[in-house]
Amino acid sequence: MLSIAETDYGTPAARTSARVTLEIDGRAVEVPAGTSVLRAAAEAGIDIPRLCATDLLDAFGSCRVCLVEIEGRKGFPASCTTPVADGMRVATRGARLDALRRGVLELYLSDHPLDADAAAAGLHSELASTVDAVGVPEVRYARAGANHVHARLADGTANPRFRAPDASNPYFRFDPAACIVCSRCVRACDERQGTLALAIEGRGFDSIVVASQDEAFIASECVSCGACVQACPTSALLETSLLEHGQATSSTVTTCAYCGVGCSFRAEMKGATLVRMVPDKDGKANHGHSCVKGRFATGYATHPERILEPMLRERISDPWRVVSWDEAIAHVASEFRRIQAAHGRDAVGGITSSRCTNEETWLVQKLVRAAFGNNNVDTCARVCHSPTGYGLKNTLGESAGTQTFDSVMQADVIVVIGANPTDAHPVFASQMKRRLRQDEGRGRARLIVADPRRIDLVRTPHVEADFHLALRPGTNVALLNALAHVVVTEGLVDEAFVRERCEPDAFARWRAFVAEPRNAPEALEAELGVPAADLRAAARLYAGAPNAAIYYGLGVTEHAQGSTAVMAIANLAMATGNLGREGVGVNPLRGQNNVQGSCDMGSFPHEFSGYRHVSDDAVRAMFERDWGVALQSEPGLRIPNMFEAALDGVFRALYIEGEDIAQSDPNTQHVTAALSAMECVVVQDLFLNETAKFAHVFLPGCTFLEKDGTFTNAERRISRVRKVMEPRNGLADWEITQRLANALGYPMHYAHPSEIMDEIARLTPTFEGVSFARIDELGSLQWPCNAAQPAGTPTMHVGEFVRGKGRFLVTKYVPTSEKVNARHPLILTTGRILSQYNVGAQTRRTPNTLWHDEDRLEIHPHDAESRGIAEGDWVGIASRAGETVLRARISERMQPGVVYTTFHFPGSGANVITTENSDWATNCPEYKVTAVEVVRVAQPSEWQRRFHASDRRQRALLPDAGDARARD
Amino acid sequence: MNVHYLVNMANDIAAFFASEPDREVAIDAIATHLRRYWAPRMRAQLRAHAEGGGEGLGDLALAAASRLAPANQRND
Repeated sequence: MLSIAETDYGTPAARTSARVTLEIDGRAVEVPAGTSVLRAAAEAGIDIPRLCATDLLDAFGSCRVCLVEIEGRKGFPASCTTPVADGMRVATRGARLDALRRGVLELYLSDHPLDADAAAAGLHSELASTVDAVGVPEVRYARAGANHVHARLADGTANPRFRAPDASNPYFRFDPAACIVCSRCVRACDERQGTLALAIEGRGFDSIVVASQDEAFIASECVSCGACVQACPTSALLETSLLEHGQATSSTVTTCAYCGVGCSFRAEMKGATLVRMVPDKDGKANHGHSCVKGRFATGYATHPERILEPMLRERISDPWRVVSWDEAIAHVASEFRRIQAAHGRDAVGGITSSRCTNEETWLVQKLVRAAFGNNNVDTCARVCHSPTGYGLKNTLGESAGTQTFDSVMQADVIVVIGANPTDAHPVFASQMKRRLRQDEGRGRARLIVADPRRIDLVRTPHVEADFHLALRPGTNVALLNALAHVVVTEGLVDEAFVRERCEPDAFARWRAFVAEPRNAPEALEAELGVPAADLRAAARLYAGAPNAAIYYGLGVTEHAQGSTAVMAIANLAMATGNLGREGVGVNPLRGQNNVQGSCDMGSFPHEFSGYRHVSDDAVRAMFERDWGVALQSEPGLRIPNMFEAALDGVFRALYIEGEDIAQSDPNTQHVTAALSAMECVVVQDLFLNETAKFAHVFLPGCTFLEKDGTFTNAERRISRVRKVMEPRNGLADWEITQRLANALGYPMHYAHPSEIMDEIARLTPTFEGVSFARIDELGSLQWPCNAAQPAGTPTMHVGEFVRGKGRFLVTKYVPTSEKVNARHPLILTTGRILSQYNVGAQTRRTPNTLWHDEDRLEIHPHDAESRGIAEGDWVGIASRAGETVLRARISERMQPGVVYTTFHFPGSGANVITTENSDWATNCPEYKVTAVEVVRVAQPSEWQRRFHASDRRQRALLPDAGDARARD
Repeated sequence: MNVHYLVNMANDIAAFFASEPDREVAIDAIATHLRRYWAPRMRAQLRAHAEGGGEGLGDLALAAASRLAPANQRND
């Protein structure tokens, strides 16, 4: 069912500049050439009845309801598949048309239950609306004959065509009886999602919609993106939440709080109840598409485990005590001041998160700099994309991706390095797949995947990578240097671009460096594990394309040479002239919803908003004037530095908003030792997360549904988060930070987050033209937004790099110190899966666990066989940092010698194994390379036994856990 | 702070700048990186370690660490 707030124009908009004028029902209508008659009519406010057409999908022409008459043409063409022509005269109504439509609808209704259960829930399907519009006074055909509706035939025998509803998916049901076989679901799965899980089976009257090989939805290839449910014109595919709550009565546009794609959604509400999330067709990042997380996994907001009242305790072994907000805030302020008095101003700090809005993040860093009086503030972008900021700033001049998502539609070659978009950025992956399958126009884009694992994109329906460079984990820089070597030594450099746009001396140094024989694909073949011929061919493909775009993720950044790899990517793009226009660029796929924003807001310890160093006197003076307080000119502690300082006893109090460092940061036992060494750990979150088990104060936070603000996605797009319900905890997160500042004696008096954005704009040149009013006006906008670019900047570095001339940097490959040896002969790498999100705090508290209810260790059949490991066996994974136990999944997606796991469940202890190794420039952890050994075991690891005991103990300390305490 | 932690990080930073052919420029770049991204206390501790012989520090990292201000001086 489509959104209650959107108009469906029947077929997609034509993207042409030529205009055509025609006459519909006597009215002159002007539309772009290539527009369908159906859409032209709809744009003129004339609604032609239809069933198989929706503007989400290409015209199909099967339902025979949208028929029209066209002067001078024979018969009754379908308006959805008929393009407009100059001077065309169209009639959409008339006795003959009405009779034809009525006849067609009668046939549909003769084999249909009339959406009885949906109607009972107050829902009105498109089929019902169409019947109303056309008027079908009677159905003359016997409904007792052959049908798909009744379980038994008129004679009492079982109806072979009847199929019971499929309720296997937790979020929607499929009732085949209500299906009219219009193929909208099948086409949505194909055209929108690109999974092709649905098909029409059988012919004629026997045609039915099936998932995969006629399996239950949950067991099929369906990824539960919801596109089919959105497209269905009957109640055959229907959200269970709609059946439960009935039709929504209002709709508010907001932005998804999951990954860095930042999809726009319409939150459909009935009073204060969220009925469903429908992807927004006007959303510029997602164009009406969604994934299983943003579309359906919002139930965590009302999960019973959510903590809604502030709590205190003296020691982490004490039971929690519920207190008032005033008492909690006063306690935190007095503890932080006491600790600073005793141990120095620098003994406290704060951590903000990419899950926070821009305004919340801004306030946390302001709280630390202005109220704590130091620069000990960091964000979880430290552990994901900090190398992107560093690497791109030093080469191109700005710490951000260069393009829009739509730019991919102009790319001729797509390179995906260390990213797994179909799992981690699914909605963008669908767009990428559309480009990879697009045959018309400039032909499909070619695809190069560089990844140790055979990710889905390497081979997925109708998409096959031209090259899969299955490199060894930790060798990204060597791979990128080898690609650059081919570009430079085979004369593939875009000399004119480099001459005009880049620093000549730096380029000459870089060219000489990459041309060295040690960077040749042949020289690095053994190190990389990639055939030199493939590498050469891939480099030629990339460099020879009119437009080539690189997309990368945490598989590039989370390495000891993460920043170097980002620079190497920028070098490669500059050398081949692939920057500064559509279809090209350097595109970091940001992990969380607001990674870009949290970095932009100045939440790193060394810089103010807009990536300006704290030692810059002019910038600091501007902040000091605006904030009315002296600020430190020295960088503060990064997150891993905070842990070291805590273990030294010089860092004793930490305010953490929206990040779970005890689960997400590497070397868990080190992190928890550091947390245990602190005197006052304050956690502001939705749930008793892993970090909260080491906290002295818990401040309940609220979800994105309960507050106003903005998120900035991976394309620098700033979008509004809009409050659709009151904060269940009583205060929006920015209000909590504000109260804390006031209690510390630093006044903050914002009445609304829009005032915080006004301050951000006042103090940040790249945000100069940003305000809530401007975003509301434009829908969303991409920074930089200022006097020169009042509507924002879709593509960066056009004509000139932000830093002036592009700077090539020499990127020598330095192998990581994390090496395999006899004790630890395998390399562990980590990642995410579609249905779960990061530490899983949200998605684990939704039915998404049906798809993924435990983290498994993926291992190649050879490695498994030599260790006597079978599918599902418990295996111990040991590194020099720690040991954990998971169940094995044998998978040829892995290369021999490499094992893989996700980290969505705290008890999995994935980060018990990862080490303290980090990127040289930013300390981003080397999550992607850990030397391990894997052995069959019979019981959980010692860490896991301790974890589960501590988990039980800590849950029993919650205020409403009296019964549990008694049992324990 | 555990000095091995600081030594490892300083060596990692030096490894990147080691490809700079001019030794002086490389040392300066390492010292600048340390000043821009390390908190003063960490820098002072590294400098003190360098003064004590700098065990574990590579040649370039040691030279850069020696250019940092000692603990009692800020704004090095």
